[in-house]
Parts: sequence; structure tokens; C-alpha cells
Amino acid sequence: MTEIIAQFKLDYGAFSLDVDLRLPSSGITVLFGHSGSGKTTLLRCIAGLQHAPHGFLAINGTTWQDSDNKLFLPTHKRALGYVFQEANLFAHLTVLDNLCYGLTRIGQNAKTAQFEQVIELLGIAHLMARLPERLSGGERQRVAIARALVLNPDLLLMDEPLASLDAKRKQEILPFLTRLHGELNIPVLYVTHSQQEVAQLADYLVLLADGKVQAAGLLSETLSRIDLPQAQDRQAASVWQVTVIEHETAYHLTRVAFAGGELSLPAINAALGTALRIQIYARDVSITLEVSKATSILNVLPATISDIIDDEEGQSVVRLQVGSQTLLAHITRKSAQLLALQTGMMVYVQIKGTSILN
Amino acid sequence: MLSAADMAAIWLTLKVASLATSILLLLGTPLAWWLARTEFRGKSICNALVALPLVLPPSVLGFYLLVLMGPNGAVGKLTTELGLGTLPFTFAGLVVASVLYSLPFVVQPLQTAFTAIGNAPLEAAATLRASPLDTFFTVVMPLSRSGFLTAAILGFTHTVGEFGVVLMVGGNIPERTRVVSVQIYNYVEASEYPQAHGLAGGLLVFSFLVLLLMYSTLKTNPVSPLK
Repeated sequence: MTEIIAQFKLDYGAFSLDVDLRLPSSGITVLFGHSGSGKTTLLRCIAGLQHAPHGFLAINGTTWQDSDNKLFLPTHKRALGYVFQEANLFAHLTVLDNLCYGLTRIGQNAKTAQFEQVIELLGIAHLMARLPERLSGGERQRVAIARALVLNPDLLLMDEPLASLDAKRKQEILPFLTRLHGELNIPVLYVTHSQQEVAQLADYLVLLADGKVQAAGLLSETLSRIDLPQAQDRQAASVWQVTVIEHETAYHLTRVAFAGGELSLPAINAALGTALRIQIYARDVSITLEVSKATSILNVLPATISDIIDDEEGQSVVRLQVGSQTLLAHITRKSAQLLALQTGMMVYVQIKGTSILN
Repeated sequence: MLSAADMAAIWLTLKVASLATSILLLLGTPLAWWLARTEFRGKSICNALVALPLVLPPSVLGFYLLVLMGPNGAVGKLTTELGLGTLPFTFAGLVVASVLYSLPFVVQPLQTAFTAIGNAPLEAAATLRASPLDTFFTVVMPLSRSGFLTAAILGFTHTVGEFGVVLMVGGNIPERTRVVSVQIYNYVEASEYPQAHGLAGGLLVFSFLVLLLMYSTLKTNPVSPLK
């Protein structure tokens, strides 16, 4: 029963939502889609802030909505945390009182280890006595996240928590979110339209379009679905989990290992054994049929083509298997034809660049 | 300088105004909340009805109340059956009339304040386990503090200043329905200008001081009853 079952149907005329999802009850599940795709509506239905006339929702075996049996638990009776796009703090209460608002209602107070941990995690200990109007946008959002987390909810819902912040503030909060991921065992449903946040945070990815689920699955699986528009986008990328194994200080490089091979990355200040998430843009991957000694590209890896698709603009999207990792490559259709690429072929991939996500 | 009759009128005025304001806050708060939140189609009609005392001549309102609460009126028959007698020319009648007369001055600032709060804090409270009633007392009321202050002060001062409705419904009975404004009218009728000056000046200063208190407490402009 450790899963989230979410089935909703609602119809607003111009917009309708029709989803049937089974989501893991651990890690971060990102609901991704463009505006109007229904991702926020879905999140609000899960919170009970919106009442979908037809719906079934169970969190780890606890039913929150079952419209067939006329069950609809109001929001305040659901063991959830919700972080809104705008921090939405209570303007008349100090930071501490904002944090305690929910706590007192579940019969707890601020004198717990969990509370201390959350405050420390989000770095807001020095803000306790302030009123929300005296906080910066980033601080406000951190307090809002803490306010939801201290309740130790069964499910944390986050609705584009970074969307209202500028790039600098985003970078201020993202590390907190990745830490949260590592240190607290609360399943998170995270709504965003930013591919960067998907790559950085998601374990599980749900792609929504026009109120329907296009794809849902583990991040690497979903990102490598080349039949989806995402894979054809210029920003298409693969996300790999790697481990630091060696620092080549003389070259300012760091060697990392993934399941089935190794890569060189620009030097990273991280201890050996550190787990990292890296992103490889499909446009930074090229394909050759043999290993050329005469190349400046360091990362050349053997790979097997598992699928090819042509888009309408002269581009071929190639999915490759590198060890046990999946990699997307964008090449011109002309190159694909000259090399006579086809599914099952053994080739070499050259990776021109990578970026580290955490 | 003030006679015993003046003091009685002042005391009666304060009693009517305090009681009417209390009743208005109790009844006006849920009404204003409903008006601020509902998407009911007939909402415009309700808004117009609430605002009616703002534009109606007090004598018109007083006249209808007199008819309604009189022995042959619907309300009058009901109160008689309940053994309460009829309300016109009584203290209770005066309070009822004042409540209706000052209704928009209480409901409108509250409604504006509630609307200004919006949905967001209510949703935040719900996700923090607060029931709707809990949310109302711990989030809505503190956030609409200035709306409540404005409503209470305008309701009170407006009731203190009523004249036409009082005269129609309450008449001019010493210690029962003779409020300050009626007492001033009596003095003027009798050409006793110095006494009229005393009370009128007092009312002027009182009203000014209360409004001054309100504006300086709220710093920014209080919510206008006229929108």
C-alpha cells in the first residue's frame, strides 16, 4: 500500500482534467507541463483545495477522496503540507508563529528535534522574531517550506515554489530542496514548468498536457521517451547518477563512474565517493562509428542505439544505451543517413559537455 | 451647563448606539462574510438592499418601519403574539431601527476587508489543519482588524447621529426615545439656542475626535463605506 493513487476527472468546459496515476510514495515526483496543462489543478485536487467531482485518492492506503462512496476529506483533515507559488505566510504572525500555526493544531510544539532539524535545514533560525513583510522573497519561501515540513506530513505538495523568485533566489533555495530530498523521508509532489528543476530534483516524472498524462515513470525513463515532444526539444537532456572516483588535479578534471563506464568532468570540489547528478544535453552528444584517436573530446564511450526518430525539421533523435544508462543524442538527419544508423547498431558517443546538477 | 434632561438624552444615545453597534457586528460579520465569499446570482440584490439605507431618506425608512412594527404590521403582529407588545416608541424599537439604519456602515467595511484578504490565506490555513471556523477567528479576523475597527466606529457614530428614523419610530419620549439629536431639535424648536449649542457642539467635537482616532490608528485610509 506504499503508493499514491490519484484518479481525477473534472470538466470546466474549456479545460478538463482526466488523470489516473500511481505514484511512488518516496522521493520527489515532478509534475511537469506547460501552463494550462493541468498540473496545478491536479495538485489542488490532491490537496482537496479543489473538489474534482469524480475522484479517487489514496495515500499509502489512507483514502482522502472516493467520490463513488461520497468520501471527500476536507483539506484541513488531510495529513499534507502545501507550499504555494507565493509564500502565502500569515502577514499578522511572526515567522515563529507562522511555523507553529500548523504544529499547535496537531498537538505539537516547536520544542522537537524534527523542528530543529527543519529550521537548520532551511537556515531560518535567525528570522524567528520577524514579520513576513520584513523578509526577502527567498526567505519567505524558505519559511513557507519549513512551515509545511514541520508538520511531518504524509505528503508534501509544492506548487512551483520557485516560480516567483528571480534566478539568484532560485539558486539560493534549490540546494535546500536537494538537501531536503536527502535528509527527510517525506514524499514530495512538485509542480514546475522548468526543465532545470526537473533535471535537478525529479526522481519520478509525470508529463502533463491538456489535462492528461502524457507519460509517467522514473526520470531517466521518461526523459528518454523519444516519441515525446520533450526529447525533440532543443533543451532535451539525459540525467545520470554518477559517483566521484578520482581527481586529476593537474588537468583540473574529476573522474566519475556510472553504471557501465566512466567520464571526465571539469574539476568538482567533492570528496571521493560523492554521488552526483549530471545533465547531458542531447545537442552535446555526437555519434561516430569508430574510436578516433584524433579528437579533442575526452568522453568517448561505446554505446548501442536503441531507437531513432526523425522530427520534421531535419533532426534525428537517437536514444542510446551506454552501460546501463540511457543517453539522448540530437544529430542531423543527413548524418544519420550517412552513417546508416539503425536500431541495434554498436557506435561510439562523444560527449562534448556535461553540467553538474547538485 | 447640561441639564438633567440633556444627560438623560446623552446616556440614552450611548446606550442605543452601543447596543446597535454590538448587534450589527454580530449580525453584520456573517452577512459581510457571506457577501464577500458567495457567487450566488442574487448577490447584487443583497448588496443593493444592504446599501439602501445609505441613499434612502431616513424618514422613508422610519415610515416603513413604523408601519411594519405597528399593531397592524407583519412584525408588529408577530411581536404582539410573542407577548412583546409593539416596538414603535420603545427603546427596543429604537435599537431595531438603528440596526437597519446603520447596517451598510458596518457591513460594507467588513465586506471590503474580507474581499481584500482573498483566498490565499484561507487555503494556507486549511493546509495547516485549521478548520474554516478556526481560520475565521485566527486568520480572517486579525487580518481584517482595520475593517472591524472602521465598521465599529462608523456604525457607532452613525447611530449617534441619526435623527429622522428616531423621530419616526421612536418619537420624542424623555428617557425612552429622546436621543441627543432629538433633544437638539427640541431646543431649536423652542428657540433655546444656547442649550442647542451645548449639545450640538458636544456632538460635533465627539464625532470629530472619534474619526480622528480612527484615521490616526489606521494610518492609511480606512475602508470607505461607500466603496
